[in-house]
Amino acid sequence: MVINMLNYLINGISLGSVYAIIALGYTMVYGIAKMLNFAHGDVIMVGGYISFCATSYLGWPVIPSVLLSIFVCTILGIMIERLAYKPLRMATSLAVLITAIGVSYFLQNAALLIWTSNPKAFPNMVTLPPLVIGELQISSVAMVTIIACIVIMVVLTLFTNKTKLGKAMRAVSEDKDAAQLMGINVDATISLTFAIGSGLAAIAGVLLCSAYPTLMPTTGAMPGIKAFTAAVFGGIGSIPGAMLGGILLGIIEIFGKAYISTQLSDAIVFSVLILILLVKPTGLLGKKINEKV
Amino acid sequence: MKKKLLAMLLATAMVCSLTACGGDSAGNTNVGTTDDGAADDGATDNNVAADDGAAGNDTAADNGDSAGSATTGSSLLTGTLKLGVIGPLTGGAALYGNAVDNGASIAVDEINALSGDFTIELNAQDDEHDAEKSVNAYNNLKDWNAQAIIGCVTTTPCVAVASEAYADRMFMLTPSASATSVTEGNDNVFQLCFSDPNQGSASAQYISDNGLAQKVAIIYNNSDAYSTGIYQTFQNAADSLGMDVVSVTTFTDDTANDFSVQLTEAQNAGADLVFLPIYYTPASLIMQQAASMSYDVTFFGVDGMDGILSLEGFDTSLAEGVMLLTPFSADATDDMTVSFVNKYQSGNGEVPSQFAADGYDCAYAIYAALSYYADKNGGYNVDGVSYQDLCEILISVFSDPSFSVDGITGESMTWTAAGEVNKAPKAVVIENGVYVGL
Amino acid sequence: MKKLSKSARGSFINYGIVLVFFLIFQIMLSMGKLSSSFSGQLIPICTYVIMALSLNLVVGISGELSLGHAGFMSVGAFSGVIAAACMQNSVEASWIRLILAIVIGAAFAAVAGAVIGVPVLRLRGDYLAIVTLAFGEIIKNVLNCLYIGVDSHGLHISMKDANALGMEADGITIINGPMGALGIKKISTFASAVILILIVLFIIQNLVNSRSGRAIKSIRDNRIAAEACGINVMKYKMMAFVVSAAMAGAAGALYALNYSTVVPKKFDFNTSILILVFVVLGGIGNLRGSMIAAAVLTVLPEMLRQFQDYRMLVYAIVLILVMILTNNRKAKDMLGRMKAGIFGKIDHRRQTNE
Repeated sequence: MVINMLNYLINGISLGSVYAIIALGYTMVYGIAKMLNFAHGDVIMVGGYISFCATSYLGWPVIPSVLLSIFVCTILGIMIERLAYKPLRMATSLAVLITAIGVSYFLQNAALLIWTSNPKAFPNMVTLPPLVIGELQISSVAMVTIIACIVIMVVLTLFTNKTKLGKAMRAVSEDKDAAQLMGINVDATISLTFAIGSGLAAIAGVLLCSAYPTLMPTTGAMPGIKAFTAAVFGGIGSIPGAMLGGILLGIIEIFGKAYISTQLSDAIVFSVLILILLVKPTGLLGKKINEKV
Repeated sequence: MKKKLLAMLLATAMVCSLTACGGDSAGNTNVGTTDDGAADDGATDNNVAADDGAAGNDTAADNGDSAGSATTGSSLLTGTLKLGVIGPLTGGAALYGNAVDNGASIAVDEINALSGDFTIELNAQDDEHDAEKSVNAYNNLKDWNAQAIIGCVTTTPCVAVASEAYADRMFMLTPSASATSVTEGNDNVFQLCFSDPNQGSASAQYISDNGLAQKVAIIYNNSDAYSTGIYQTFQNAADSLGMDVVSVTTFTDDTANDFSVQLTEAQNAGADLVFLPIYYTPASLIMQQAASMSYDVTFFGVDGMDGILSLEGFDTSLAEGVMLLTPFSADATDDMTVSFVNKYQSGNGEVPSQFAADGYDCAYAIYAALSYYADKNGGYNVDGVSYQDLCEILISVFSDPSFSVDGITGESMTWTAAGEVNKAPKAVVIENGVYVGL
Repeated sequence: MKKLSKSARGSFINYGIVLVFFLIFQIMLSMGKLSSSFSGQLIPICTYVIMALSLNLVVGISGELSLGHAGFMSVGAFSGVIAAACMQNSVEASWIRLILAIVIGAAFAAVAGAVIGVPVLRLRGDYLAIVTLAFGEIIKNVLNCLYIGVDSHGLHISMKDANALGMEADGITIINGPMGALGIKKISTFASAVILILIVLFIIQNLVNSRSGRAIKSIRDNRIAAEACGINVMKYKMMAFVVSAAMAGAAGALYALNYSTVVPKKFDFNTSILILVFVVLGGIGNLRGSMIAAAVLTVLPEMLRQFQDYRMLVYAIVLILVMILTNNRKAKDMLGRMKAGIFGKIDHRRQTNE
């Protein structure tokens, strides 16, 4: 019984860390550009396909294929930002949201044409033995995902707090006009944010597909929405919040399935989200927004 | 602005250039559904088609019944038939629609190459696995003057279109929509695949007859009509057979990635067989996770499981010992299947699934039915025949018990007046990465 | 005084557009000039127009971003279908059944709107958006597990499976989990759909121009100032939200009764987004724009069928380009100049509005 529960906990954490790693990209872009980038999930899918192609068709080893995937996704992210979002810098946030959805449709359908609708079984990128503690067993993919997630969170936090570029990002997120007056190149900063966000998406894609190895043009859509939920759960814009939200979401999903109902697992996850938001309206670690009168 | 447009074009070009990465499969994504494609293929495939005809002759001679017309073709049948296909060509269910479309295209190319007198013009329309879009696609085909429909590929759209087609009197032969609600009350709709009750109870019967398991667990997709339909009939049959179903768990399309809870429940309940009335994509994940949990159990699937061996990159050793009831296997060695699989592979760069085979057989079944009618009536020209007239003809032929079709998804298929197909389900087991008949 | 007459004029133009739309297509339909493809889309177009109008009330007039509007449509669709199925034998005339089904669908959706509105409307901005999204997903998930049948003893409901309904032999399963509602008698008509649009337009336009409507808009523009003026923020937000949910429910019932089957999966996040696209593209708060955008974007994918495999790709590109062209200042200026070039004069009204 206890062993079962611990096993569920581990599975929940490993599922949650996949959500968390996607949520980090979401929250990063939201924090700086103040937009819900619904195309993020589809960039993840592209990342998965690129590393799949590199390993399966070109026979590349794991590390270079992941690097290639990061490179392509970063370029893709910058391109999307330049072409679709930058012209809308002054428009309402809803207009940008709809454009992001357009980009999401575009990526999904382009992937459908390029890689066809047939699913691909993603090769396991993490071929280490699982960690065994007594009767418990933690798969290597889960370990790598959790470690990657923590590393990325720490690096991102340090980057935004300590480096000059990171500070510029925070300045832009606080007040674009004032940042510009201080000599910060706002456009370049936002492009950089997208580049980092999309690079993270590539890593998330590889880890998502390693943990759950099927790859289709719609692979990124649902994890994208779940991760978005996770980001809000933890307080959107907050980097540790995204990590916390993602992992909690994974644990709630698995425990809900295990102890309440497999049929209603989605309803359970989203009900918990609503309850949390009612108690803490800006998420677990979200900043309280003071309204100016 | 010009600069922006240019940039946009460049971006598109760049995305397109990514195709290079797609390798062999990328170059062949083109889904040829028009005549032009057919003409190209026809030229190169002439020999093969002729072989086919011969092969067909042989089997027909063996069977010694009127079904010979199925593959030999009738010189009495003339004209050009406008045949519509409805299925999901984009979206999450696109693989099924594209497979049916590709399969049907191969059949049509072969039929067109048989004799010049009778040809089929194929037009596939996308329904995105949505009832509303499917009715739109159907209306679009009506405007194109379609005379009969192969479709729809998926169940829910098929139910919606079937009632429209029933009111219009348009003939429909669905390759893969397996729910009974598709044919119920619609005399114009026929199925080429097993119906859900057929599959569910046949699976339960097979498991019970062969004593495969003491305790059975079921994992099904409760957001999917196909999966839920088979589960319900399996459960009914299991109850009446006195089978011990120890664990029933579900997942949805939105949570189809982690199955640890479902598998742990099955394991704790002591199940020695897990029945998976689901498609092969989630099934591959279940097998992989069961292996990583070191849960050694027999998996039993239905026709949706077919395709698991050709899943690109899948470690087929995980599927070792999996049993499934399926009408089609791409590894069969009969001439018809071998020729179909070869053509499909060279045209699409992948091994055909059961859906592709269903699409292929659908086109042949309609051709066979028209040939049968032409033979009986001393000739028939389909040019300009209204879909209403053709519908009555096809209904009468398909419900005729002496009409049968030999296809790659079953020999001597016949239909009941209610629209269900009679063919023997083949139970196969996966051994050393290939299907072996049981 | 002048302003009032202007808004009244706008309202009448809207009614006029709907009526002209109806007359043109009804005449073409009766003359058999309309292709099957188009005539089959008339009722879905009307449904999406109503959905866009109702969402505009929440997003445009009340200023709250909702990402789960299809959930209310779903509630309306399924309750409407159940109502119509129950009345199958007792009510003879199909139009009475249709009206009752739509009313019941709207009522259930309104109740759902009220239940959801109380917690949701306390939140703001993107948090509110995510909670509406969550409710949409919850409704979809619950409906996927819902089995309802009717027999001589009345309604049977189960959350497990169809076997658990325990019906008599004469029972009919109305709602069968993920298979949704099957064997629906199609009773929606084009005329009834147009009448429903007119009713919805009438309600929204009168609400917007009433005292309550001004209160709702004042909350949108500045919640704190409105509160300081003694406006009950929660009450007016709820009013807009519940009315909007009821309309979505009515649209759902109309939609479901136009097809022989309807499944919970239809009303997912993507449908909610689709309706939001209509509203944003048509102009937030602009009713006429919503109607036109809903109609055009419903027909567009069908018009693109000739592109075959590239259809949805083209649709995505069109969507992005339209958003950029209508929202980018430079692009707008250029469009303005092009117009000026064509018509030989600068549209001053537009310029000053900017």
